[in-house]
Amino acid sequence: MTVAAPPSAIAEVRDLRAAYLTEAYGVHRAVYALESINLTIRSGEILGIAGESGCGKTTLVKMLLGTVTPPLTVLGGSVHYYVDGRDIDLLALSDAERRALSWSVVSYIPQGSMHVLNPVRRVRDTFRDFLSAHRPQWADRAEDHVREYLRDLGLPETVLGAFPHQLSGGMRQRVTIALATILAPKLILADEPTTALDVVVQRGVIQLLDDIRQRTGSTLVLVTHDMGVHANLADRVAVVYAGHIVEQADTTTLFQHPRHPYTQYLIQSLPRLDDVAERTSIPGRPPTLDNPPPGCRFHPRCPYVMDVCRTTVPPLVDVGGGQRAACFLLTPEHAGG
Amino acid sequence: MIRDVNVSTPAVESLPSTEVLAERQRQNLLLFTVGRDLFRFSGAFRLGAVLLLCLLGMAALSLVAPYAADARRVVPNDRPPSLQFLLGTTALGQDVFWLTTFAIRNSLFVATVAVLISRTIAVLNGSFSGYVGGAVDRVLSSITDTFIVIPRLPLLILISFMVRGSLNLVALAILIGLLDWAFPSKRYRAQVLSLREEEFTQTATFAGMGTFKIILREHLPFLIPFLMADAVSGFLFAIGIEITLSILGLSDLSMPTIGTMIYWSNYYQVLLAKHLWWIGAPLVSSVLLVVSLYLLSTSLGTYLDPRTRLKSLAVRGAG
Amino acid sequence: MNFVRGYALPRLVQWAVVIFVGATVTFLIPRLLPTDPVEQTLNRVSATSVTDPRAVESFRNALKDLYGLQGTPLEQYLNFWSRLVRGDLGPSLGAFPTPVTQIIRDGLPWTIGLLGTTLVLSWFLGLVLGTLAAYYGNRRWSHVLSGVLVTLYPIPYFILALVLVMVFAYYIPLFPLVGGASGQASLSPAYIGSIIGHSFLPAVSLVLGGTAFRFIIARSLASGVISSDHVTYAELAGLPRRRIVFAYIMRNSLLPQVTDLALALGALFEGALITEFVFSYPGIGYRLYTAILQSDFNMIMGVTFFSIVGIATAALFIDLLYPLVDPRVRYR
Repeated sequence: MTVAAPPSAIAEVRDLRAAYLTEAYGVHRAVYALESINLTIRSGEILGIAGESGCGKTTLVKMLLGTVTPPLTVLGGSVHYYVDGRDIDLLALSDAERRALSWSVVSYIPQGSMHVLNPVRRVRDTFRDFLSAHRPQWADRAEDHVREYLRDLGLPETVLGAFPHQLSGGMRQRVTIALATILAPKLILADEPTTALDVVVQRGVIQLLDDIRQRTGSTLVLVTHDMGVHANLADRVAVVYAGHIVEQADTTTLFQHPRHPYTQYLIQSLPRLDDVAERTSIPGRPPTLDNPPPGCRFHPRCPYVMDVCRTTVPPLVDVGGGQRAACFLLTPEHAGG
Repeated sequence: MIRDVNVSTPAVESLPSTEVLAERQRQNLLLFTVGRDLFRFSGAFRLGAVLLLCLLGMAALSLVAPYAADARRVVPNDRPPSLQFLLGTTALGQDVFWLTTFAIRNSLFVATVAVLISRTIAVLNGSFSGYVGGAVDRVLSSITDTFIVIPRLPLLILISFMVRGSLNLVALAILIGLLDWAFPSKRYRAQVLSLREEEFTQTATFAGMGTFKIILREHLPFLIPFLMADAVSGFLFAIGIEITLSILGLSDLSMPTIGTMIYWSNYYQVLLAKHLWWIGAPLVSSVLLVVSLYLLSTSLGTYLDPRTRLKSLAVRGAG
Repeated sequence: MNFVRGYALPRLVQWAVVIFVGATVTFLIPRLLPTDPVEQTLNRVSATSVTDPRAVESFRNALKDLYGLQGTPLEQYLNFWSRLVRGDLGPSLGAFPTPVTQIIRDGLPWTIGLLGTTLVLSWFLGLVLGTLAAYYGNRRWSHVLSGVLVTLYPIPYFILALVLVMVFAYYIPLFPLVGGASGQASLSPAYIGSIIGHSFLPAVSLVLGGTAFRFIIARSLASGVISSDHVTYAELAGLPRRRIVFAYIMRNSLLPQVTDLALALGALFEGALITEFVFSYPGIGYRLYTAILQSDFNMIMGVTFFSIVGIATAALFIDLLYPLVDPRVRYR
């Protein structure tokens, strides 16, 4: 874990609310994926976003990328990027502007990179497609750039001539990482980069991500439910539950002093080398977001639930030491309304 | 310290998965709700249903027609459309309007019989082939493939040419039906093969359900929407082929069908004489008939496919 | 050589089966139906002229011989095959004694020309339009285009051709009503021009139907590919739209559409026959139509058999070319 760069922000999410709204044959359905998300991403840091599946992490990623296509709808708030001295309101951009921005300012390493490479094109052609879209001026030198980059990352040159199905899962993942980072974007979003990979390959991927970040000085946002990855790599972690950020702190603080009941459960459930006590898992299941519980969305499963929790949503506030949490237990003064 | 606490999770209705939707579909299929939903929310279905109902109405009117279907010289010749003769009259002294009602009815009759025959053969052949498997399946499939490649029009022309004088509508329908089972047979076999592998089939088999019962209770609800869409394509083929054979003069020319009307109007050179109503009525009827059937089948198919229901029609920017 | 055994051989066998079954069915039909073609022809002939019983008898024998109906069923069957293998389909009755094979040969280039160009044209047109309509699914033009083609698709070829004839050759006399070309056959621009003029409407009729068919399939396949991971990723990465449509969507939805080319051929062939009927376009279809009018039994039999062989062979040909497009079949 390296020291974070000076805390000037590269991106900011302000009070973002988003939902998936569908209508088919007269049946309306709404899934409230994100509620009042406030997040600051500091330049050069590794920010981890932790949470179970279905908690809204992937929606948050889509918001950060600006890919808001129906049925995903923004209900309020904004996302800002601070690049080259400009303040870019991401969600207000036209499609053409967003396309120009992507890959050079922000890029994305998707979950399960198994199928994101075009199966009928060789890897080198895919690279050429991506490069020519954003750096047409490189033209003939593009292939050299690619070769050099792959060499830097320790990937064999032979992958260039291959079709995606001829590569192993881990190699495909690494190729996708190379593809996403070759233009040295300011912000890299990695969605579950280690899932569906065996442990050995996982380590390689994490190493690779860290290498790239150090080399290019970019900011890395790591979205995964694997707390081990956060422990290894992230500078700060934000914990998401049912569309809300429930806690946010430096990694060390989060793991040693989790304040929110949900985070406590999460940390508690991690196996430890020296502790052979039985691990408990959180009772119940995360709520489905088309009909979320009122008030604090964790209250049905919370061992410390109070009356106010059932009716009011706790705000995310500073609880000291650079740590923020959303729980009335910690900030009873906010329970008044 | 975290205590182990018994908490009750509120029952929230989850977003339907594909399996849940499929189950609901099975139940809804037997209910009226399908038709009602489609009529309300699918423009294509509405249009198709309205058109088809009008055409069926015309066909039903034939039952109260003042003239017999094959009657000639019952009205003055070659009159253009008027209040007395809504769609004009033919050179053979027939009222085009009433002739058209018979034509629609007969064309639909021929198509229905043909579809019944062809789909029965296809379901039997395809299901048998799919369930039994092995060498039997291979032989049957080879025969089926052979009949898919063989072009049907020349064969039908040959046959109907040979029996030209004595072909009545029923015989024509049977003939058409006997030549349209090959491709649907292949599709039913594919359906059966995939259903056989489905989890719920294996569960039912393990639970000791007899094969026939499995087919009836588990598979049929899935096959029915497929059957409906396939039946429509059978209708379209039968209608088209009847028209083709009739215009060539190879069917029962004494009975009015859409095709025979065109044959006779052509025989009497309506284009030269500019008596367009005689050929116009069957032309328009045929187009309306096939288009309405097709609209119904595609809108039904889209409705029954769970993927389109989950993916479709997002509400635009509510914020 | 694994390729030959695993892939080519089964298809060759299937081809042979089709030819065999098709020929046998064509053989059996006249013999199983209640009407006797010899008597039919005799009735037609004797209806218009006074007949001497002996002349009728010798004519009957001649017809039997002509139609291959002499001798026992087995003898007839063997005779049938021996003639087929020699390429002898008998003489045409309407154009006696011109052999059926010659008449087919005369009409073949016209039909192949019409069918070939319209198949290729409609395939491409339908593919491109269908993919674009799926990609730009929300635009107004996509809905309009889909609406038009969905309406065209179920309309039988005969009706389509009739409407075109009525509107464009008759009422707005832009195009010639009948025939394949005007003037002497040569390579002169005038002649070639007249070919194009005469084949324009028949081609339009076929292209409309064929494009509608291909459009619907292509649109549905493209929709599936559009929601796939690699397309979503490419969109996200801001690749230019044209690149995505052609290299990411179309290429991936191509394969199943090449395989069903053989199927499309069969359907379009029947459409071509019908179109030739309507436009009196001098291909095989027109000869068939004349044969029907003239009750030319041999000709109808000959065209039927030829169609079966032709389509089966064309389908085999396409099937054998398929591995060139799909490398997975090659490297089995």
